[in-house]
Amino acid sequence: MAEKITGAEALMLSLKAEGVTTIFGYPGGAIMPTYDALYDYTRGEKKCFEHVLVRHEQAATHAAEGFARVSGKVGVTLVTSGPGVTNTLTGVADAMMDSTPIVVIAGQVGTAVLGSDAFQEMDLVSVSQPITKWTYQIRRAEDVAWAVSRAFYIASTGRPGPVVLDFTKNAQTELVEYKPAKVDFIRSYVPSPEPQDEAVRAAADLINNAKKPMALVGQGVELGNAQEELKAFLEKADIPAGRTMLGLSALPSNHKLNMGMLGMHGSYSVNIKEQEADVLIAIGMRFSDRVTGDLKRYAKQAKVIHLDIDPSEIDKNVKTAVAVIGDCKETLPAITKLISKADHTEWKDSFQPLRQKEIDNVITPATKPVSGPLLMGEVAHAVAKATGGESILVTDVGQNQLMSVRYFKYHKPRSIATSGGMGTMGYGLPAAMGATFGAPDRTVCCFMGDGGLQMMIQEFGTIMEYQIPVKMILLNNSYLGNVRQWQDMFFSHRRSFTPMCNPDFGKVAEAYGIPHRIVSERADLQDAIQEMLNAPGAFFLEAVIKPDANVEPMTAPGRAVDEMQLNVEC
Amino acid sequence: MIIYSENFAGILNQITAVFTRRQVNIESLNVCASSTPGVHKYTITCNCSEEMVQTLCKQIEKKIDVLQANYFTDEEIFIMEACLLKVSTEGLLQNPAASKAVRHRGARIVEVNPTFSIIEKKGLTDDIISLFSELNALGIVRQFVRSGRIAVTRDCIEHLDRYLESRTQKNN
Ligand SMILES: Cc1ncc(C[n+]2csc(CCOP(=O)(O)OP(=O)(O)O)c2C)c(N)n1
Ligand SMILES: [Mg+2]
Repeated sequence: MAEKITGAEALMLSLKAEGVTTIFGYPGGAIMPTYDALYDYTRGEKKCFEHVLVRHEQAATHAAEGFARVSGKVGVTLVTSGPGVTNTLTGVADAMMDSTPIVVIAGQVGTAVLGSDAFQEMDLVSVSQPITKWTYQIRRAEDVAWAVSRAFYIASTGRPGPVVLDFTKNAQTELVEYKPAKVDFIRSYVPSPEPQDEAVRAAADLINNAKKPMALVGQGVELGNAQEELKAFLEKADIPAGRTMLGLSALPSNHKLNMGMLGMHGSYSVNIKEQEADVLIAIGMRFSDRVTGDLKRYAKQAKVIHLDIDPSEIDKNVKTAVAVIGDCKETLPAITKLISKADHTEWKDSFQPLRQKEIDNVITPATKPVSGPLLMGEVAHAVAKATGGESILVTDVGQNQLMSVRYFKYHKPRSIATSGGMGTMGYGLPAAMGATFGAPDRTVCCFMGDGGLQMMIQEFGTIMEYQIPVKMILLNNSYLGNVRQWQDMFFSHRRSFTPMCNPDFGKVAEAYGIPHRIVSERADLQDAIQEMLNAPGAFFLEAVIKPDANVEPMTAPGRAVDEMQLNVEC
Repeated sequence: MIIYSENFAGILNQITAVFTRRQVNIESLNVCASSTPGVHKYTITCNCSEEMVQTLCKQIEKKIDVLQANYFTDEEIFIMEACLLKVSTEGLLQNPAASKAVRHRGARIVEVNPTFSIIEKKGLTDDIISLFSELNALGIVRQFVRSGRIAVTRDCIEHLDRYLESRTQKNN
């Protein structure tokens, strides 16, 4: 008979069996037995995990998200019950919106006192169900191996998403004869539906007859690791493509069929041409309102082919002519096989005058200004140039995000981590920390605003302790800039609580022993970026940005995509 | 809608949350074990467009432990509802219209005592509501309860069985 171990130790073995290497966490009462077991598994002969002690549990989930985004593996968070786990929920909801595979393991009071308002008891299952792919309460040590395996299987397969495990204290301390479990089948859950030949054929027919086809590339391509399959598909039928914000690195920036970014602050030509295309091929994207603008007037002329692994996305926002449900790693090659080689030079060329208009009116002024204060676009552009399109971009939320995603360059897959669906301020810094663990060989550049940085600035402590090599770029406009822009545009310039009273950020970095530099002169920018990139580890670069610059171009809310304005009027 | 799920705790919550988010009212709800061991059956009625019910079905079926979610219009299923009416016995005896309504609507008096009587009726919503209205107009109703709708499909194919079979094959 095998030796009995505690449920907490069973958790360690189960996580090890799932290939976990990094855990982002924060201890507390209800998870103490697990932290006690973790002690042995993070040092000495049993060592198999690195545990990163964050400074706030929200950071633990964002770090897990950043880790997952760049590595394709499941990010893991370990926290205590009650306030510990409520703090993680913003990250859980964020992961749900952006289909990011994370597993959050939270302590819970013992089953004997569940429901009695015991100290730090919180009805986690009820609270997290609507924002998770799956939630489960582990009430017995016997269930640990099964629940963990099921959690990882659900988080990582099909359309990925967050899973929460509510780990009662008695299940952590009870003794159990550990038997490894491997869940790779759940009869009620079909992670990736079989491609339907008929749909594949219908899609190919539409594409073969299209005069002006256009692809809308989403994060699904990255999640399905179908970047090569995407290229083969686009190249065979010569189809120009726009990428969603989360799908930016699914197709390299310098690919000849990449026409730019979709959406509210995306590329002008792509937004205009969506209203002219005769066939739109959406691949692993969900027609978010930030992409479609006014839905009632979105691409009414086009027949829509929608490739998605999640059947509930079909016809949710945009009605499709053909739905190809399945993993795009399989559906894309199946369609590619049936489409004929095509040449759409004329159609592709018609993007060019619009593109030129954007270059002249927006891109050049934003990235190569000759006078005036520094601009976000030029900083992002300069960092992208200095890193040669090889590094990973992590962003916070706001103007800093929209400008850096626009002007960064992506030459490798899985090179962007940003909060799309939720738009969670505070995401950037911890997600960037997580990304360095997920892709230890790559440079991670994290762009933030002065507002968002302060939502997670305590993570300087984590960066200090673990010497996390994040390249932090603060685009400091002394405003909650994105909101300020909308106030100027839609609320008669009434800047209600958007000017920021900021600390000396350099001094804060200094307090944590993080090398830093502030740059406000154009002439110093290149040098400052080089200093940041040459630094052996973390570096904090603060760029003093024009306070009232706007993100352009823009499709105002409620407007149709082809009503995008190159320059916004305030 | 007829929904089948595994018999795990918390699934009803997840199903009703989909209706709440989409702002659709649940008119009636019945949950019970199905003919397949370990599988629960939910019968839900609601008033909404076909487009909306399709969306609801897909979003419900997306829940990990839900096996199937399908919708049917009244013609595609055999429907049953039941109601119980507690009325004053005196009122019942003194109003010939009351016993007439009971007979006319095919209801049954299942208990009589000096104070109150209990009437039971099976049927469709309208029929049940009419009986209630007639008796209520006489001022004799003390309690009224109508069950959730239950239904079986008129289809010759048992879709759940097929699904479970195909999934079992997949697992082997
Ligand atoms: C947690 C959270 N709170 C509020 C918002 C609303 N919001 C979106 S952008 C923004 C301003 C962000 O300011 P800053 O971080 O300085 O970035 P900037 O836009 O100036 O680059 C705000 C308040 C949000 N997205 N997330
Ligand atoms: Mg700002």
